[in-house]
Amino acid sequence: MNITVNNQIRTASAGQTLADLINEMGLDAARIAVEYNRDILTRDTLATISLQDGDVIEIVNFVGGG
Amino acid sequence: MDQLTIAGRTFRSRLMVGTGKFASNQQMAATIAASGAEIVTVALRRVNVDDQQDDLLNHIDRNKYLLLPNTSGARDAEEAIRLARLARAAGCEPWVKLEVTPDPYYLLPDPIETLKAAEVLVKEGFIVLPYINADPVLAKHLQEVGVATVMPLGAPIGTNKGLKTRDNVAIIIEQAIVPVVVDAGLGAPSHAAEAMELGADAVLVNTAMAVAGNPTMMAEAFGKAVEAGRMGYLAGLGKQRNQAEASSPLTGFLREE
Repeated sequence: MNITVNNQIRTASAGQTLADLINEMGLDAARIAVEYNRDILTRDTLATISLQDGDVIEIVNFVGGG
Repeated sequence: MDQLTIAGRTFRSRLMVGTGKFASNQQMAATIAASGAEIVTVALRRVNVDDQQDDLLNHIDRNKYLLLPNTSGARDAEEAIRLARLARAAGCEPWVKLEVTPDPYYLLPDPIETLKAAEVLVKEGFIVLPYINADPVLAKHLQEVGVATVMPLGAPIGTNKGLKTRDNVAIIIEQAIVPVVVDAGLGAPSHAAEAMELGADAVLVNTAMAVAGNPTMMAEAFGKAVEAGRMGYLAGLGKQRNQAEASSPLTGFLREE
């Protein structure tokens, strides 16, 4: 199935959770924020959400800024 | 030096520093250390999936610095609110430098959208520090909805032009019931000192340090300028006058009078 992560199409397997996806991408869940179909998630819910075809996910982190 | 208090939290330094535009995270870290700042701003952006960079947060000691996420990139209230909520979800304290800048050329803040967003974020428990044009009436409206500071610009972001808005900033300071932080456009230590002498409670500097030949030396210079300006303000500046007033005695001259 296909999901969209940060505006890029990506394939995900059935049963994969958001926490799995973040792991697979090599990201540290403590350093990012995740929006799942426009809902902002808390860290402890990442493992409870199974990815569905067509999901839209935004993952942000901190960068330098004034 | 007297302390700065924002939303009940006290800070020894009256200089806030932005973390953008530095050549490296190491240079950024050395610069914020040299500045003496205790509040540093950061931005929130999409993770680059293909090219993950060295994480900024690896270089900022969260026990030493208050991370102040900004909402840069927001073009309206809705986008700014979304970014503020995301920053909180990413583990920040609920402090936010609210910026809404729909115009990409001058990055001037949108007063109406800023006020709308401030109202929502204050209700959600955020400590809101809005970036505004130096408009005393807008500053009042924002204070009425409960912002923690107002942050009038000296000049557009990154222009290094200094305190071009001096007279209006003076009115904002005169009327403010929250700390006034002059943000944006301060390009030299003397600009920061000028804002502090005028009675600003703090200043925020990024570009002037990041693009300096020697960023850490510039950070130290800004730190000293902010302290000097604050001391000058507290000491009480003499009134300006048009005619000269001699500093030396006007008697006992070596001539016949």
